[in-house]
Amino acid sequence: MSAALLSVRDLSVEFTTYGQSNAVLHGVSLDIPAHSQVALVGESGSGKSVTMKAIMGLLRQPPATITSGRIFYDGRDLLTMPHRERLALRGTAMSMIFQDPMSSLNPVFTVGDQMGTILKYADRRLGRDRSRRERMARVHEVLAQVRMREPERVSGSYPIMLSGGMRQRVLIAMALLSEPKLLIADEPGTALDVTTQAQILRLLKDLVTERGLALLMITHNLGVVRETCGYVYVMNRGNIVEHGPTAGLFADPREDYTRALIAAVPRLTGGTHFGQQEARP
Amino acid sequence: MTRPMLEIVELSKSFPVRNAFGRTVGEVKAVDRVSLKIERGRVYGLAGESGSGKSTIARMIMGLTPPTAGDIVIDGESVVRNGGGRGAKAQMVFQNPGSSLNPRRTVGQSLAVPLAAHGHPRRDRQRRIGELLEMVQLPADFAQRFPHELSGGQKQRVAIARALAVAPKLLVLDEPTSALDVSVQAKVIDLLVDLGHRLDLTFLFISHDLSLMRNFAQEVGVLYRGRIVEAGGTAGVFENPQHDYTRLLLASVPVISAEEEAMRPVIPLIDGEIPTAEKLLALRQGAAATETTTEVHGS
Repeated sequence: MSAALLSVRDLSVEFTTYGQSNAVLHGVSLDIPAHSQVALVGESGSGKSVTMKAIMGLLRQPPATITSGRIFYDGRDLLTMPHRERLALRGTAMSMIFQDPMSSLNPVFTVGDQMGTILKYADRRLGRDRSRRERMARVHEVLAQVRMREPERVSGSYPIMLSGGMRQRVLIAMALLSEPKLLIADEPGTALDVTTQAQILRLLKDLVTERGLALLMITHNLGVVRETCGYVYVMNRGNIVEHGPTAGLFADPREDYTRALIAAVPRLTGGTHFGQQEARP
Repeated sequence: MTRPMLEIVELSKSFPVRNAFGRTVGEVKAVDRVSLKIERGRVYGLAGESGSGKSTIARMIMGLTPPTAGDIVIDGESVVRNGGGRGAKAQMVFQNPGSSLNPRRTVGQSLAVPLAAHGHPRRDRQRRIGELLEMVQLPADFAQRFPHELSGGQKQRVAIARALAVAPKLLVLDEPTSALDVSVQAKVIDLLVDLGHRLDLTFLFISHDLSLMRNFAQEVGVLYRGRIVEAGGTAGVFENPQHDYTRLLLASVPVISAEEEAMRPVIPLIDGEIPTAEKLLALRQGAAATETTTEVHGS
């Protein structure tokens, strides 16, 4: 085993507020093999975001405490490695696509400025030396990869000048800047219209398959899971309830929670019954 | 014969476009000659993306925005010509229960506002508030709670109770569940369906969620840039969409089963991408001859 690019083992996290401790993750384990697309799906409060933050090292401690568990990236434990090494991985080997394109971009700097800055600090952490001009060339290259028609123009634009879909593309481009092996996407496209969301999901899927990236998709939308990921972990109340290949798990869920969750999703083909509450999760 | 609960005739709304000096330099047609009819006890789904004009239509029905032209007839009475008076007949449930409830009012106080506004006798208000909470399946002691003490689903139930306070016949639901988890959404829709039967309500359901619309509405109208481009029985429109925009919308819905995937229309890709609505429609009119359409999206 341990062939996985990212491996979370028995992760437990608790939050302490006003002297009271609440366990929010109870021994979560999951594996993301290299070059594979894996989804972590759950409703609000299920612990999917806490899991994601623990992986990225974004949990504020305190109030959070990781009470047990390990997170291996490429065989090395992220939780015990020196801080400097972990910083060197973050945003470079593994990077993140954030959910809300408006609040994740700084309104007073151009897209090119913001991307250039990210690249500058990534270079510094990796001990790489590049001129500003070389960095901007890379920025334009990545903007073209996310299928922006005029990368130079986008690079000189302020976020407010771009549509929601284009902003989401900029966030994807930012995550790709340092050629990561693992992308972690937090509900990408959920703030967008359904046609724009379809474009973004398609783009993301094409990018990860073309470049052989591993993807961890964090979402509450079962449809998004099926569109992008071949394997899924279902979370509820801090536990992994069930996991398996997406198509099989959605067609034939084993656990009561998963079954009720899937039954609550309205179907495009119709036949979802509403009224007289039956077993809802 | 029965008259429709809501009839909208050639309804239009334009907003002026002003330059930096405040001079009107043009206009935007947010709603362009929209007509629709909802029979009593039915659920009509109005589908559209941002900017389609769906919320503007809702606002005009509720009298929050005056229409530029056209007529709105609720239960046989024109509310455009007669001014107000729709309050008791039509009520609205807004998208975000977090911001549509006053955080300084208890649930009971929020429910008392429409009762007072419509002259419900003061002595009877507490009884009516208890009755409303029971209707939306919340415990009676929720009347003393504040919105921040409630979950998203509970808040939306309060918003529904508030809309029902004056016993309306028509409920306008503007994306009532888009802020909720899928299981909570299912429970809120369960509740709306039950209430619809019990209270003989008619719904105008505005949403961008086509899967939900398929299962909740009996009829749909697809709105694109202020116009209804396709309308009809839900099953017919979904199974055999005629307009390209409807086809694009349906092809874009993320689905969870192979059967749903099979029913999604196939849309040509332009330069390897799912086209935007503008591009797709332009392509169909032969305007985008330079683009290369190769693969397909949707199957």
